[in-house]
Amino acid sequence: MTSNAMNAAKRPQVGLFATCLVDLFRPSVGFASVKLIEDAGCDVHVPVAQTCCGQPAYNSGDRADTREIAEQVIEAFEGFDFVVAPSGSCASMLKKHYPGLFAGDAAWEDRARKFSEKCHELVSFLADVMMVRNTGASLEGSVTYHDSCSGLRELGVREQPRKLLAQVRGADLKEMTDSDVCCGFGGTFCVKYSDISNAIVTKKVTNIDASGADMLLAGDLGCLMNMAGKLKRIGSKVEVRHVAEVLAGMTDKAPIAGGGK
Amino acid sequence: MELTSNRFKQNASKALVDAQLQKALGNVEKGFIAKRQKSADALPEFDALRDNARDIKNHVLAHLDLYLEAYETKVTAAGGHVHWAETAEDARRIVLDICKRVGARTVTKGKSMITEEIALNDHLTANGIEPVETDLGEYIIQLRGEHPSHIIAPAVHLNKDQVESDFRRVHTHLDAGRDLSEPVSLLSEAREVLRQRYFAADVGITGANFLIAETGTSVIVTNEGNGDLTQTLGKVHVVVASIEKIVPTLEDTSQILRVLARSATGQDMSVYTTFSTGPKRPEDPDGPDEYHVVLLDNGRSAMLGTEYQDMLRCIRCGACMNHCPVYHAVGGHAYGSVYPGPMGAVLTPSLNGIDETGQLPNASTFCGRCEAVCPMRIPLPKMMRHWREREFERNLQPAVARYGLKAWAFFAKRPKLYRLFAGMGMPVLSMMGGASHRFRSLPLAGGWTKYRDLPAPEGKTFQQQWAERQSRKPEAA
Repeated sequence: MTSNAMNAAKRPQVGLFATCLVDLFRPSVGFASVKLIEDAGCDVHVPVAQTCCGQPAYNSGDRADTREIAEQVIEAFEGFDFVVAPSGSCASMLKKHYPGLFAGDAAWEDRARKFSEKCHELVSFLADVMMVRNTGASLEGSVTYHDSCSGLRELGVREQPRKLLAQVRGADLKEMTDSDVCCGFGGTFCVKYSDISNAIVTKKVTNIDASGADMLLAGDLGCLMNMAGKLKRIGSKVEVRHVAEVLAGMTDKAPIAGGGK
Repeated sequence: MELTSNRFKQNASKALVDAQLQKALGNVEKGFIAKRQKSADALPEFDALRDNARDIKNHVLAHLDLYLEAYETKVTAAGGHVHWAETAEDARRIVLDICKRVGARTVTKGKSMITEEIALNDHLTANGIEPVETDLGEYIIQLRGEHPSHIIAPAVHLNKDQVESDFRRVHTHLDAGRDLSEPVSLLSEAREVLRQRYFAADVGITGANFLIAETGTSVIVTNEGNGDLTQTLGKVHVVVASIEKIVPTLEDTSQILRVLARSATGQDMSVYTTFSTGPKRPEDPDGPDEYHVVLLDNGRSAMLGTEYQDMLRCIRCGACMNHCPVYHAVGGHAYGSVYPGPMGAVLTPSLNGIDETGQLPNASTFCGRCEAVCPMRIPLPKMMRHWREREFERNLQPAVARYGLKAWAFFAKRPKLYRLFAGMGMPVLSMMGGASHRFRSLPLAGGWTKYRDLPAPEGKTFQQQWAERQSRKPEAA
């Protein structure tokens, strides 16, 4: 064992589950996550055998494919001390929904349960597990925070991002009305029921605009892409970013769906 | 009512452009939610009461046969009659037979979703008996020939002006110049008209919020007192209730009552909570001469022991639909079924089969707000997902969605291949997005770009960039 590896063994070893949307659309969130987790005193690993958590299959009723994907994720990540995802919905899939996929298969059920105990959504991992109180970032301007549904209701992510944002120098948090109401994304829902999804996201962007904030933040890229896409379509100047980008002080890249009108 | 759940999408699209409906739905969103929250916040033990309520119903469902028989014994001992109805048709026949036997010409009705489920009004009307709805909302929609759009607020899709014009159209015996501009004047007029109907009615039909095994009592909760007049003034009181309404004791009833009105309207208790046990006794000043309970199964016993059993805990408070973003957007009629909203999305397929109702459990973002506010802690999204699984097993979903999902799963299960294609595709897509970093339209993404821009990818995938970064690190080897 090299001295580096020995040194590393003392630090928590974190497997970063980047999520498919971050991998494909917004790598910046992945790098912001890496920085935040490393700054919190952990080593970060990114297993190559990751694609998606399986939610598209799971929520379409395809349990067989979901289970195969879950097995793949568990095999790739179960060796780490923690598994962290910059998404409440994907983290909840790993943490809350994987064990149920293996009900009746004692060996896998136990494995999935042990795995699920290691899984965390990024911001709550920082605040609740690593006890991070200040990420040392700064930002000039006002932000508003949307509570993505799965993170909020399945994992209890609510105060953690707000407390950390409150410590970001120069950032002013302006709460929007109904920050805890769904944005209308819902995975495949937004294309299967596009008319209804549009009605829901229209209310959401009205509330975002009314908050007067310069920037919209949330912890889930799916919701962010939905809201950013709608904000840009109606010509809003609000910039949209994943909360990790702001907490990591990495806001140099163009915002989601670009800036300006 | 005619089941049009499979036209949900079309129904919804129409509802979304119905300006009057949209205005009315705004009241649902604003009114119910804040009231429930305030009421829940005012009761420190609210969540503990919810656990208790859930446990009571779980216990009942585990011993349903036992409690149903105990209930029947008590009803009979109090001088009432219990009728077992396996199907909606059985229930309709039983009620009609009772009405015919006593020579009924009109029946008054308390608000009851079960009689909607068995389409009782149509059946009575077809047999020459006039049903008169006495709940204000139910009365209004009866005048309009509509069905409830909400399980506790049946006329919530309407506004005051519509009700005024209906009253002017139907109450032609009243002064045409009367002032109906205030909601209270509409209420008074309905009361005045209905008061006469109570006295003329031969039979009063109500539902039940609870059936108490310990005492053989049926319980209704109302805010207008119409249910009390319905069940005490007629010669015959017929209770139509489904089998899962059973609770073991009076104490259990009180426990669940503490979460019912709070979850529904944010009241501590509904204005009237009425307990009925048997017909009028010799010493009673009033009450019906006959007391009947029609116990309806209609598919519920088949839910026991399945992944849908938890749905039988439902106490019909309506909190799930009050908090549902989809219900807020389209209202209750779009669901095309007796029970709208999240509880309907689970219950309707159980009662009517998934083939005719598959749209309902799919029309959810799984935001989880319904489960978060359900006083009985029913895992509604989980059960909607189970319905999607039943559909998937039988290939009931549209072919495009199935093949798309299978193609995606193929790659998701093969990380190397996935990385290869993602690594080639994303930089290209990123370049196509150009300086705006978004697309107004894109082939195959029409479902998305119809209403919103699609954010462009940043460039190389995270996996690609991470691999490059690792290869630059000397110690990474």
